[in-house]
Amino acid sequence: MHELGIVFYIIRDVKKTAEENGVKKVSAVVMNIGEVSTIVPEYLTDCWRWAADKEEMLRGCELRIEPIPAVTHCDGCGKDYPTVAHGKICPHCGSEQTWLLRGNEVEIKEIEVRDENASL
Amino acid sequence: MDSVKIIEIKKSVFEDNDRAAEALRGELKRKGVYLLNLMSAPGSGKTTTLIQTINLLKDKIRIAVMEADIDSDVDAIKIKAATGVDSIQLHTGGMCHLDAEMTAQGLAGLKPTSDSSLKGREDNYDLIILENVGNLVCPAEFDTGAVKNAMILSVPEGHDKPLKYPLMFSVCDMVVINKMDVMPYFDFDLEKCNEYIHMRNPKAQVIPICAKTGENVEAFANWLLDEVRQWQNS
Repeated sequence: MHELGIVFYIIRDVKKTAEENGVKKVSAVVMNIGEVSTIVPEYLTDCWRWAADKEEMLRGCELRIEPIPAVTHCDGCGKDYPTVAHGKICPHCGSEQTWLLRGNEVEIKEIEVRDENASL
Repeated sequence: MDSVKIIEIKKSVFEDNDRAAEALRGELKRKGVYLLNLMSAPGSGKTTTLIQTINLLKDKIRIAVMEADIDSDVDAIKIKAATGVDSIQLHTGGMCHLDAEMTAQGLAGLKPTSDSSLKGREDNYDLIILENVGNLVCPAEFDTGAVKNAMILSVPEGHDKPLKYPLMFSVCDMVVINKMDVMPYFDFDLEKCNEYIHMRNPKAQVIPICAKTGENVEAFANWLLDEVRQWQNS
């Protein structure tokens, strides 16, 4: 299971950041996931629920995904186009000299922490 | 209502691994050890190809193999029995790939035995081949710290695999096409396959072989030997 492996890395990074900031409980993790990153968001959230609930710091913590649309740039005509609709070949000029501008991100954007002092 | 504090991270999930891989490559360079990350789908003939390749090279350079699988040690035993070179089995514990940290742990567990007839390499291997978990998706995302990535695509899998698994083909410098002997029974178009591979990586080299009969395995072995010599002498 591809997404489960990724989840273990997310957990490691989130715990590290939380510890550095003296946080004991994380309420949400926000991910930026590119459209062509090969991550299936539903699988990622399923794996997250299973693995995160095993960690004291992350029990019940929500994983939110903000998708990043994939965009390809064409060196042939200099235009950008949506990757998923057109693939490797530029729809404007037919060139194959194209490269992915964005859309393969697997990035932890931020974590949310409820203010423990305020609720006590 | 609770007030919520936001801590920004803005960091790729692969960042820590990429850094660990870079450090491992540096260490291998200092020791003159060439690490090849060999990937493929399950059943493409990785182990058979390795046995043939190692038997062509083992008198020239000192070789060891690291087998990564989710479970079992059949491959490590098979390699050792068929070639006599040192092998170690790594279990990924359910994970679909190997990362740089796991690779470094595996390397630490490989110690050259002192009975090598190859002079001057008593302490280190020249070449360590990492046989990654059979999978075309996840291993491509995690830099293991290897000097180069190679993959084996077998004829029954079809020539369109580079279109379906773009990342795998874009990270590999060498694509070995195995099971050429069964070409007549499959609609495998070698020319198209070449074209698709080069769409993903224009610099990729492609070598068609048949590991079962040993046909053209020498071409792959020679490429590997050149790679090792260049790594050690540059």
